[in-house]
Amino acid sequence: MTALTQSQFFNQLKKYYTFYTGGFIAFVIVLAVLEQLGLPPKWIGYIFLAATIMLYAGIGIMSKTADVSEYYVAGRRVPALFNGMATGADWMSAASFIGMAGTLYLSGFDGLAFIMGWTGGYVLVALFLAPYLRKFGQFTIPDFLGSRYGGNLPRTIGVVAAIICSFTYVVAQIYGVGIITARLTGLEFQIGVFVGLAGILVCSFLGGMRAVTWTQVAQYIILIIAYMIPVVWLSVSHTGNPIPQIAYGQVLQEVTSQEKELNDPTTTRGAAEASVRAIFKERQLAAEDKIKTLEAAIAAGSADTVVGEARAALDAELVALKAAPEPDTAKIEAKQKEIADLTGPDVLMAKLKKAADGAKKSAGPVPAHATAFSGKGAEAKAKANPNATEAEIAAAKAEDQEASNVKRRNFIALVLCLMVGTASLPHILMRYYTTPSVREARKSVFWSLFFIFLLYFTAPALAVLVKNVVYTDLVGSSFASLPAWVANWAAVDPTLMKIADLNKDGLVQLAEVTIGGDLIVLATPEIAGLPYVISGMVAAGGLAAALSTADGLLLTIANALSHDVYYKMIDPKASTVRRLSISKGLLLVVALLAAYTASLKPGDILFLVGAAFSLAASAFFPALVLGVFWKRANYLGAVIGMLAGLAVCMYYMYITYDFFGGVAANEWFAIKPIAAGVFGMPAGFLGIIIGSLLSKAPAKEIQELVDHVRYPSLEGDIKTQAA
Amino acid sequence: MQLSERHQEYWRRNLRLTAVLLAIWFVVTFGVIYFAPQLNSIIIMGFPFAFYMAAQGSLIIYVLIIWYYAYAMNKMDREFGVHEGDE
Repeated sequence: MTALTQSQFFNQLKKYYTFYTGGFIAFVIVLAVLEQLGLPPKWIGYIFLAATIMLYAGIGIMSKTADVSEYYVAGRRVPALFNGMATGADWMSAASFIGMAGTLYLSGFDGLAFIMGWTGGYVLVALFLAPYLRKFGQFTIPDFLGSRYGGNLPRTIGVVAAIICSFTYVVAQIYGVGIITARLTGLEFQIGVFVGLAGILVCSFLGGMRAVTWTQVAQYIILIIAYMIPVVWLSVSHTGNPIPQIAYGQVLQEVTSQEKELNDPTTTRGAAEASVRAIFKERQLAAEDKIKTLEAAIAAGSADTVVGEARAALDAELVALKAAPEPDTAKIEAKQKEIADLTGPDVLMAKLKKAADGAKKSAGPVPAHATAFSGKGAEAKAKANPNATEAEIAAAKAEDQEASNVKRRNFIALVLCLMVGTASLPHILMRYYTTPSVREARKSVFWSLFFIFLLYFTAPALAVLVKNVVYTDLVGSSFASLPAWVANWAAVDPTLMKIADLNKDGLVQLAEVTIGGDLIVLATPEIAGLPYVISGMVAAGGLAAALSTADGLLLTIANALSHDVYYKMIDPKASTVRRLSISKGLLLVVALLAAYTASLKPGDILFLVGAAFSLAASAFFPALVLGVFWKRANYLGAVIGMLAGLAVCMYYMYITYDFFGGVAANEWFAIKPIAAGVFGMPAGFLGIIIGSLLSKAPAKEIQELVDHVRYPSLEGDIKTQAA
Repeated sequence: MQLSERHQEYWRRNLRLTAVLLAIWFVVTFGVIYFAPQLNSIIIMGFPFAFYMAAQGSLIIYVLIIWYYAYAMNKMDREFGVHEGDE
């Protein structure tokens, strides 16, 4: 292939991937026909899993390489368009594919912070980083820090920060792979994790960046087809418009007017909702009473009695379950587990608090989907009370305003952290080393965001379309004849869909339905009335999203260790063969470690992923940007800045996030721990500026390096590109 | 390696372009969020304006910003003779 010119290469790739896309569509059609002929859904799941993983493995084997430049940067000849697709797949994780629309469904306007944050960051990549890193042209991000600031310390801090950010992220991806594989085939979660791991390794192990790049392009094509088809179909069947992104404007208005109706107790539907909310209010008060009793008992040293009473109540429920005419084994097992888990007052307290919070949420009015930063509803409550004085109403209004301001502040902080974090994550930045030129790198950022945009501007449409289906088709329907998808999902997974007739009127009220976010994407094919084969395709798309991101992250970690630590710091004379075998060995170790961590099902994985953005933003962004735009930035500045950024960010998470024993009362300006980067970033910038000004300007060679990265081509230029 | 006046000019123009595009990015992102409750009272094609911007409008502008930067810089590279070879 090396004999081809770049444009021949591009045309050949276009041909291959067009053929491949056609092949994938034909494959889905064949499966659809087989389904009509009676192929059971379970087999469709197996076929999808086996076929896609074999496909990725095939690309991996075809791309195997023993060349350093091919292994680390795919030979630097990935055309802008294809690098864009690969970056899209690298970027969009299981959380984007499956979780995003669900987050938007549940949190409405406030969830759009993720949409803006995860796209707007590419503007920063384009303006501040991609072209300059491409001109620099080495292999990793710590490489740039090492050359620009000199000495091993900046490089080492870079390696440590890259590993912290990427490792938590890769664990989340492998976790996602396990969940999807389990859902697609019915295998155990732990087995799913290791099947997925095999899919990741076959590809990156043999061919490094080269194999990962071409696999990611293939994965992007699958994931975007899998995302779009159900949404377009849903849009056609429910609005008659095949472009969901346009159609949902009208639907959003319908949703908004239904929200008003459901919140107005003078209407029939509103009154029915109010009766269910009253039940939740009672539950909330009952749980709060129990919390008070337990607190008093803990203070009096008699907590064990209260726990004993709670256990006795559960035992009685278990007996009742067993005595039922048709005992439900799943419920009995769940109850037995609940009893076994109730080991002390802490567990009971956590359980009661969760129950109180859950009931409180369901007891409140339907939140408005399109409204930005709604207050707490204190004013409405105060006005509903006929005895409220003017002053009380004014105070309630101020309270609402404050709540709204806090939400806005957090939205802004989160968007900023996600954007800057995007522009700092090493696995994304690394992709811009692989284009043939600076010019292509610039174009490639455009293609990257374009391909990401296709999915991200569809997700809010999907959320609104599904919400409309729930409000019109589900709410008000009779429990005797629930829509098929509701009954199916309620039976399969109660964490995704829970429904019960609480006020015993035989009709579904919105407050009687609890929906888990992941349901939205997973159930869309069924809601739109599509055959099971499309559900299988959606799961395969989710798998592609998780695998492609995991590939990129694993490579980042293994390269940081093998290239930056081993080759650059321990043994600079190592032979090519040795460098690559060390790199592959480390890849294996890191992958197994990540899979093992994922198989333990760590609870706070989503928070940790969010935290990765804040950490990357605080540690990398100031040093990378000032490295290009401020010649005066030097060694001491970089060391102080990166350490200060990391330290402030981690300290803030430590004091505010409950996983680390922090409390919300420690928050500064009521900013949530996930957006800790808003404090870390300024610390990073300040650290670099102060540290640099305190010590002398960098040497002439370093200043020349800065000029070198600023101009795509200079006469008499120095050379930094690694072969 | 000595930079000529032309080279300095290239970098200054790059900085100016970067600053202008960054300002647009800033207003589209944080301006819209800050005034979201007020902007939401304007309805376009069924969408409250701030909702539309956060869900679609700002994304389209981001794509355009990046496209324009690539276009303008690639053109400027040639103008100032700092472009790369054709392959």
